[in-house]
Amino acid sequence: MIEDDARTHILPHQHKLGGVIHALHDLMRVYGYIHEEHLPIVADVFNNSVAEVRGLVSFYEDFKTHIPAHTTIRVCQAEACQAVGSRQLTKELETFYRTELGHRGKDVELEAVYCLGLCASGPAIQFNDRLIAKASIEKLRVPG
Amino acid sequence: MTIAYVPLDSVAVAMEANTVAAQLAEAGATVIRNGSRGLAWLEPLIEVQDEKDRVAYGPVTPETVAELISDGVLHHQLIRHPLYIGSIENHDFLRSQHRLVFDRVGYDSPVDFPDPTDTLNALAMSPDALIDMIETSGLRGRGGAGFPAHIKWRTVRGTEAPAKYLVCNADEGDSGTFADRLLLEGDPFRLIEGMVIAGYATGAKLGIVYLRSEYPIAKTIFLQALEIARARNLIGRNVLGSDFDFDLELFVGAGAYICGEETSLLESLEGRRGQIRVKPPVPAISGLLSMPTLVHNVISFASVPAIVRLGGDAYRDLGVAPSSGTMSFQLAGNVKRGGLIEVPFGITLREMVEGYGQGTLSGRPFKTLQIGGPLGAYLSHQELDTPLTYEAMTDIGAGIGHGGLVIFDDTVDLAEQARYAFEFCELESCGKCTPCRIGSVRGKETMEQIIGGRATDREFNMIDDLCEVMDRTSLCQMGGMTPIPVRSAMERFQQDFRHRTKP
Repeated sequence: MIEDDARTHILPHQHKLGGVIHALHDLMRVYGYIHEEHLPIVADVFNNSVAEVRGLVSFYEDFKTHIPAHTTIRVCQAEACQAVGSRQLTKELETFYRTELGHRGKDVELEAVYCLGLCASGPAIQFNDRLIAKASIEKLRVPG
Repeated sequence: MTIAYVPLDSVAVAMEANTVAAQLAEAGATVIRNGSRGLAWLEPLIEVQDEKDRVAYGPVTPETVAELISDGVLHHQLIRHPLYIGSIENHDFLRSQHRLVFDRVGYDSPVDFPDPTDTLNALAMSPDALIDMIETSGLRGRGGAGFPAHIKWRTVRGTEAPAKYLVCNADEGDSGTFADRLLLEGDPFRLIEGMVIAGYATGAKLGIVYLRSEYPIAKTIFLQALEIARARNLIGRNVLGSDFDFDLELFVGAGAYICGEETSLLESLEGRRGQIRVKPPVPAISGLLSMPTLVHNVISFASVPAIVRLGGDAYRDLGVAPSSGTMSFQLAGNVKRGGLIEVPFGITLREMVEGYGQGTLSGRPFKTLQIGGPLGAYLSHQELDTPLTYEAMTDIGAGIGHGGLVIFDDTVDLAEQARYAFEFCELESCGKCTPCRIGSVRGKETMEQIIGGRATDREFNMIDDLCEVMDRTSLCQMGGMTPIPVRSAMERFQQDFRHRTKP
């Protein structure tokens, strides 16, 4: 079942340029992460080895191999946000959510991101799909 | 009917523009989602259009918009309101710019099909005449390297092959840069037109835009624009009634800074890890699927319609040849007025920082700015009178890169920034070559010793050695340029490094 279901999301990309990346994006969208069992299916469709597919998944930040936390907060760690306090904000978020950047907390995962393109309005974070500029811990306390 | 313009760009949205748009619609306005004017500190910047005037207010919040609505903003101008700006085009930040690439951004919906006159005029020229025009214009790559565009164009055109491609690098990963995003969210047709013209001139029939996944709004807008462009025959068979066929596709990356390096990007497009290729051959001879490929940044392609409109000579006469034309600079970080500034080359850093930027956001003294992204130099206040040209920047050991300027106040610790430069290289290295893969790790560790006050001359010499090895032997600019932020910081801000040294 899982296999058939996954295959239906992979197959449409079989003949596209760089289709394997499209396929992995789709698996992320549908399942939230790349399942160990997805790898041989992707490899099969794209006539590749499982090792090659695993290599792709590990290379690109967007492809995760674990079940996502209920809430993922991506915190920009790049220079323009550093200049307006992203390091301090990161510490505050770590304390607030009792987790560490790059580690999974109970319900919340804090993830480093290197630039969301909001560089004149930092610090920038992404709360699940929602972009937040001039982010502060106060803005997160009030769900918007 | 009153029209209210509310930007849909990522900054505005990240400052609750969607809520604001809904409030204005609820209050009876016809809401148009436009691109951002690029005055980031004023976002969300709304504009209200009545019979004769278009008046801006900003930065608004859902609370202040509710207030504006109850004060009657949709019925008369609130000249005394503290958020009242008046005509945004008269704002000094915009009025002093010379917008060629961004000329249409912010006026209207980004997916309004524009007047395609520039493209029609280009299609009426011969491909060789077009390439000559690009050569005359002096256009150089806006992505970072500043390589003369016409050389690539002529190479692709002149290389015999069964297929040729255009690849647009929209993997805008440099911190402090957002020009590509602003254009894709604000006027995607400008890029499409530029690519159509470049395709016609070089003989490429397919173009691919490689967009970073961190820009979801840009993706949505660009896909809509592609559909409209196809429906209006700006792309597809017989473009605008000519005998030229051209198609465009979007490819979304998957979170890898290195894919902004052109060969790495090509690998990624072909469905592999974004590991760089050894050059030569250059992509213009053997690029995507080993075919001649013209790889340009978004702003490079998007500069082409203006060149067609103005002519090569007039374009070259802007700026300070051989830094010709306009550059889309981006002011970011700790700055009072950040945003997009498209001006001819030659403006000084001081005009940027103190004129446009009005100093730091924190109000504390300026200490440094980093120019050209994470692989760019940290400069000091003594260099603020340097003009922004490729040549003047090279003279002080810096580069314009993709035009990002990140401002820092006096609380910044340059040793920490140097450590970060190595760390970023460690995180984003594709791992193919040793100087980058290992040098970055060793550099970070050594810098940590310096920061911890445990360093002796040995560590400083180690940093020198690592920088030299990375600079000279890395396969691409990721490892090759990481020494730039490190060395520039150490040279200019010795006190941040040396005071930590224990005797």
